[in-house]
Amino acid sequence: MRLSKYILIGILLGVTLYKSEAVSWFRIFEMFNFQSFHMYGIIGTSVVMGVLIVQFIKRTHLRSVEGKEIVIPPKDKAYLRYIIGGFIFGLGWALAGVCPAPMFILMGSGYTVFIVFLAAAMFGTFFYGVARKYLPHNLK
Amino acid sequence: MVPQFLLDLKDFISQPWPWYVAGLMISLIMFLLLWFGKDFGISANLRIMCAADGADKFSDFFKFDWASQGWNLMVALGALFGGYIAAHYFSTPGEQVAHVSAATLESLRQLSPQFAYETGAVPLVPEFYSWTSLFSWRGLLIIVGGGFLVGFGARYAGGCTSGHAISGLSALQLPSLVAVIGFFLGGLAMTHLLFPLIF
Repeated sequence: MRLSKYILIGILLGVTLYKSEAVSWFRIFEMFNFQSFHMYGIIGTSVVMGVLIVQFIKRTHLRSVEGKEIVIPPKDKAYLRYIIGGFIFGLGWALAGVCPAPMFILMGSGYTVFIVFLAAAMFGTFFYGVARKYLPHNLK
Repeated sequence: MVPQFLLDLKDFISQPWPWYVAGLMISLIMFLLLWFGKDFGISANLRIMCAADGADKFSDFFKFDWASQGWNLMVALGALFGGYIAAHYFSTPGEQVAHVSAATLESLRQLSPQFAYETGAVPLVPEFYSWTSLFSWRGLLIIVGGGFLVGFGARYAGGCTSGHAISGLSALQLPSLVAVIGFFLGGLAMTHLLFPLIF
């Protein structure tokens, strides 16, 4: 169960995003046109529940299964990277209709061309790794 | 014979899931990962795969203990299995449609004749999700260009929808809110300014 429990979590994620149509290019198009509550409902419910879960963890000092304190590492305060990087990510999200989780889900559901998408995404990440010292981040 | 209650359960799961069920499931996934001492972030897998492929020779960004991140690759592998299971066992054949609104149907029709669908006949995914579309400039732009933007942007922003929009907002982190605003500005620019040029 050391690693296989993560496969089960992934399966739950895959079935959830597939059955709720969050993997659909048309649903993403609809979301960016503000024509349905559906996608906002999915993200909104998970964030509202997520806030309650994180507060519950903090207030009860819940420990992980390994007995360690659960800490959520704060993200560094360098806002330029979030707005520029986020904007570029958003362009790709709307264009292809997928973010990283649906990329794996659609590959599994039979759209094998997403192997090419994955290779392109890996190259994008690689390119960031190589080019990051030239990119503005607001980091000192 | 398969017991009737299992067949009923299969039919129950096979219905389109409402947004609140999906939202609850995603928050459950986030809780389980935190409880196991991990955190929810799918795009980190792209960095792990690059590092495992030897990208550390080109940039220190890929010099980290990627072997300890195998659990996250298992989540991605599970998502792939989940996609297979949902498409093959929990879907009604011939009914793999996206239940988009009437307004979206009209916007699609206005965008391009290729998106002129009848009510209730919008497929789950568009036809350009195919190997043959790689031989058209548009398909190449969407699959290869889209993949590059998602992979580059996610790492530049330090996370994707799962890491920022779900985990980061749940922890009330301001950087994640800025990233999500960035996601939306990019998505709106693509949908409203660039789609009329592309389609």
